[in-house]
Amino acid sequence: MSKFKKKTNVKQDIPTSSMPDVVFMLLFFFMVTTELRKTSIEVKQDIPKATQLRKLMRKSLVTNLYIGEPNKSAQYGKEPKIQADDVFIDTKDIIRWVNEQKSKLEEVERDQLTVSLKVDKEAKRGIISDVESELRKANARKLLYSTREDNKEQ
Amino acid sequence: MARTTPEIPNASMADIAFLLLTFFLVTTTMPNNRGLSIALPPPPEATPPDDVKIQERNMFKIQLNSSDALLVEGEPREDIRNLKDEIKAFVLNNGRDPASSDNPEKAIVSFKTDRGTSHKRFIELLDIIQGAYYDIYAEQAGVSNPKFREAASDLSIPENKAIYDKGRAGIPLNISIADPTKAGGN
Repeated sequence: MSKFKKKTNVKQDIPTSSMPDVVFMLLFFFMVTTELRKTSIEVKQDIPKATQLRKLMRKSLVTNLYIGEPNKSAQYGKEPKIQADDVFIDTKDIIRWVNEQKSKLEEVERDQLTVSLKVDKEAKRGIISDVESELRKANARKLLYSTREDNKEQ
Repeated sequence: MARTTPEIPNASMADIAFLLLTFFLVTTTMPNNRGLSIALPPPPEATPPDDVKIQERNMFKIQLNSSDALLVEGEPREDIRNLKDEIKAFVLNNGRDPASSDNPEKAIVSFKTDRGTSHKRFIELLDIIQGAYYDIYAEQAGVSNPKFREAASDLSIPENKAIYDKGRAGIPLNISIADPTKAGGN
């Protein structure tokens, strides 16, 4: 009566010998495509979407300003604030900050400094235009409104 | 004679790799260097006040108030789907319609907001205005819009520079972003 005897020695393991290779590949992908966090962002950052994006090629020429409602709103209030590097700055400090950033660059590249404004959706134009007028005075006139790509149109 | 081949135990290799992977996932961020690029005008005191009167017909006025409502050429507007085509028609009018622009060099798209306008709405409209211009450039250069923007991002390559110059020829990017009015802000 061994006609219907079940096969007993079916191998049930998932082969795991290639797992390190797969994981290493993922690891290398992330090492190449990401960059280390330099600053911890202390303001709300819900970046708006747009379609007509331009990409900045020279990363060394880009410097970031973060604008939005502080995460610790109990401490700093609900009004949007400007964060440069790791600290909150006032609009009147922007000229000094721009000059600091410029001094880090080669002399010939100083006028090519691009300021990337990472502004929260909910921030108002008022504070942004104050920042812009300071940037004009500081002669850092290349500006980028950081946005995410909107894929649903066009 | 039985030879033993020396082996490194590799059962824990996956664990080690996972640990490294997790470390990188936590400590790194995806860089985002993309967005809407604009050039600010020179500082106010550096430019002499020019008394050139811009004719009404050469201005395409877009205004946003502090409750994010839109005025296009003085008319309230809800639907913004056709705005891009209207801007394109305005810039490329070349004097055909006497109420619209003389030529692309004189045409100016004026964009004015209040201090209380939200950044989201501002970006939405700026996107449309820039999109209209990029469409015009791309058409003149004979490439698609995304291709033109890609070329404009890296002008150090000669082919890109050629596309960019061909697209931009005779049509300056005349987007004027005025200082916001006081309403609704701080």
